[in-house]
Amino acid sequence: MSKYLLNKFLYTVDRDPTLVERYREEPREMVTWWESTLANSVLNCHGGEASTWLAFTDEEREALIGHDHCKLFELGAHPFLTLTLFIAMFERDNTEPLEYQKAYGARMAHFSMPYPDIAT
Amino acid sequence: MASIVAVIASTHHPFYYRASTSTGEDRPPFADEWVRKITAFRETLTRANPDVLVMVGSDHFHQLWLDNMPQFLVGKAPFYDANWYNEEREFGLPKMLLKGQEDLSAHILRSGLDAGFDLAFSNELRIDHSVTCPIITLRPEADLPIVPIYTNIFAPPLPQPSRFVQLGEAIRKIVEEWPSHLRVAIIGTGHLSLELGGPRQFGPQGPDPEFDRRAVEWIAGGDLDSCLREVSLESLHSPGNATHGFMDFMLMMGVAGAGAKADHVDTLDLFHTMEAYFTWYPNGAPA
Repeated sequence: MSKYLLNKFLYTVDRDPTLVERYREEPREMVTWWESTLANSVLNCHGGEASTWLAFTDEEREALIGHDHCKLFELGAHPFLTLTLFIAMFERDNTEPLEYQKAYGARMAHFSMPYPDIAT
Repeated sequence: MASIVAVIASTHHPFYYRASTSTGEDRPPFADEWVRKITAFRETLTRANPDVLVMVGSDHFHQLWLDNMPQFLVGKAPFYDANWYNEEREFGLPKMLLKGQEDLSAHILRSGLDAGFDLAFSNELRIDHSVTCPIITLRPEADLPIVPIYTNIFAPPLPQPSRFVQLGEAIRKIVEEWPSHLRVAIIGTGHLSLELGGPRQFGPQGPDPEFDRRAVEWIAGGDLDSCLREVSLESLHSPGNATHGFMDFMLMMGVAGAGAKADHVDTLDLFHTMEAYFTWYPNGAPA
């Protein structure tokens, strides 16, 4: 299990407007592309310095492809990163203020304390 | 030596800028009361007539990342660009440019290291809303040079709450020993109870109003003993999964000093979170 890699995905996508759109529209294509090209890149280093060992588990990959924020929470992805990116993708569909944010919380009602550990 | 003319602790609500500047149907019903409270809070800084602002906040995974995560970091740069694309996207925050006060940055770094705090530093730091929200609320002219200090309240493992208090106490002493005639305000922002990305988020109030009530009492009365007795890294999960940001309030209680009662205390019960505003005048209230 790689909470760090889940967070790295959420972090690198959230800060790039093009990747945000691509993840919203084509999640399977985008997650597959990201894992094969960016998962092992050391940020701020050229490609020759890439890491060699980072990969999603099948469960992690499917949670990302499925836009499944509840599963990401269960897997210990950082909830701030998940929330920020998902608001960027789906708040635009709101028909009233905070509709998406409230629904996002309601979908997580089955979680109780203690929440999954987010330490990396 | 420099004088500390105000110590200020506040929540940093990224929606304030949009709420306070919106008009007509877009203006939320709580905006006018919020603006009134912020205007009174701003006056507490204006009256102190500062020359320099030390700004304590926490990067929200903008420039600081898990491949290289500092616990405490001091900016030392002549300028700081501010706010990030995703803050503009989600909160409507404007791009900003703030001047730095490098002499004070250097002094805090040298003295902090010598006092046993292994401070990281940055010579090129794009700051985020934990610092720009209090600029917007307290000094919207954004005309004073700053020293940003970032704390890790976000990416565990985190320092202990007592370490935040100790750093605050050290910052107070270090700034008072800065060989300068300048007037310094020390401003820090954090959270009361807060849930982000969990089932208790975006409720009609903050996730734990009882924690918020006790927290405001601790801060307003400078009650570090009770606060340190009741707050731990483990206990802070209970009021809401982002409540570790309260440790920046504890840092500011360290700056203000044990037993120091705040000269200005105000709160605002909003959806999702309680806002809280505190000002201390270490040398007495300005005339």
